[in-house]
Amino acid sequence: MIQIKNLWKSFEGKQVLKGLDLHIPRGETLVIMGRSGCGKSLLLKLVTGLMQPDAGEILVDGEEISGLKFKELNHMRRKFGLLFQSAALFDSMSVEENVGFMLAQHTKLSRAQIREIVIEKLHLVDLDGTEHLRPAELSGGMRKRVGLARAIAFDPEVILYDEPTTGLDPVTCVEINRLIQSLHEKLEVTSVVVTHDMDSAFTVATRMAMIHSGKIVAFGHPNEMLENDDPILQQFILLGAPEQILNVSNPVLKEFILNLREE
Amino acid sequence: MADQPSVPQQKPVSLLRFADFAGARILYRLSGFGRASIFVFRTLALLFKPPFQLNLLVRQLRLIGVDSLSVVLVSGIFTGIVLATQGYIQLSDLSAEGQIGRFVCVSLIKELGPMVTGFVLAGRIGASITAELGTMKVTEQIDALSVMGTDPVKYLVVPRFLACAYMLPILTVFSTFSGIAGGYAVAVYLFNMNGVFFMKQVQSYLYISSICISLIKATSFGMAIALVGCYKGFTISVAGGAEGVGKATTGSAVVSLMLILVLDVLLNHLLFTLLQLK
Repeated sequence: MIQIKNLWKSFEGKQVLKGLDLHIPRGETLVIMGRSGCGKSLLLKLVTGLMQPDAGEILVDGEEISGLKFKELNHMRRKFGLLFQSAALFDSMSVEENVGFMLAQHTKLSRAQIREIVIEKLHLVDLDGTEHLRPAELSGGMRKRVGLARAIAFDPEVILYDEPTTGLDPVTCVEINRLIQSLHEKLEVTSVVVTHDMDSAFTVATRMAMIHSGKIVAFGHPNEMLENDDPILQQFILLGAPEQILNVSNPVLKEFILNLREE
Repeated sequence: MADQPSVPQQKPVSLLRFADFAGARILYRLSGFGRASIFVFRTLALLFKPPFQLNLLVRQLRLIGVDSLSVVLVSGIFTGIVLATQGYIQLSDLSAEGQIGRFVCVSLIKELGPMVTGFVLAGRIGASITAELGTMKVTEQIDALSVMGTDPVKYLVVPRFLACAYMLPILTVFSTFSGIAGGYAVAVYLFNMNGVFFMKQVQSYLYISSICISLIKATSFGMAIALVGCYKGFTISVAGGAEGVGKATTGSAVVSLMLILVLDVLLNHLLFTLLQLK
């Protein structure tokens, strides 16, 4: 589905991505993890064409996106639904207008038809009856869910989540994780989740990738990641998701976490 | 012996540093000018590209035009009052106080009408456009538009640009005539001039060419205010946050005001000297 080859990108004078290679298979939920500032969110901006790479290729269904003209890029972007870290809802619009924005802009559907789709999408994210509300009237979790309803309104092939649980309370985090899983199953889409929340990562992932020093240092199924001996990955998972580690067979990791708890 | 090498070494280093600093500043300014030019050309090119979203334009016409009318009328009236008061005092020294109607009319139509309206709108609308678009940039709403396949320049900049270009001349007409009304009130009720005589002077010097000059200036000021406001909002650094939005808003108002003054000088030269309009 998405193939990233030898991607280089500097941001504000700092070389963030240094020859990153990644394959995002169709139908998977890929969690991309890494420390703050490692380039996770930047990667999403590059994939959606919001930024141009310094070097390297991003292929979406075999098409290189940096070579696309503005109109073609806009057309390609309709394959994506992006949930922003801050939800990025339009303050001047109601929930209904936010969710139905893409439909109003890019289709000739009537207002009633758009409203019908908006109600359906809001139902999918458990926000029935909120169409008339303004973003300022919503809680953090509700804003994320409206952002998610907006991201899926145009029936995208890929849903990109930028730190979906950041800034939310633990109960809302669990709700958002469930939502990501259920949307993945119901809509049969490819999902890419960027996060450093290990609980969320192990809950939703069917595959995981870890970015460190501008490259992917580990890639695989969640269990493979737990068994991976890479010290950077071990440390990251260990501090973020100790409960998951206790459930696996890797004796080195188990011993490590038990020792850490004793300390 | 120990002092000898240190003196010749320091001078080239500081000179190099200065050259490095100056070069970087020049390059930064030039690249900024280049980015601004691309932004302006892109906006102008998108004016003629469908879809034409009338609902967005109507909303901006209301916000920029109708909502600014009261403040423009008040500023126009007071400009006319001050102009007539000062004009009467100065002209009476030359025994030409009878020319007050002409003085108020010509000054307001050709200069103060468009300029005062431009200043009011630069402070009220230019700064508000920057604050609104800057906040949208910082909160990733502009990125959200792009990801959803909508061109932010077409969606956000074009309606504001058109609304400013349409509404500035209309507001200038209101400002000018409220200024003339203010001048009339001072001349007639404060200095006991004949009202009919005042209005006849205004009528005599109300040339079509003067009105055209006023409207050309106002349209140019409107375009400048919209472009500066939108550009400043679009180019806010996301990392700057609320402070960045505040600085850009102030910067937008200042640049717009300066640009209005520069444009006024250039247009005066073009219209009065080169085209020899009255």
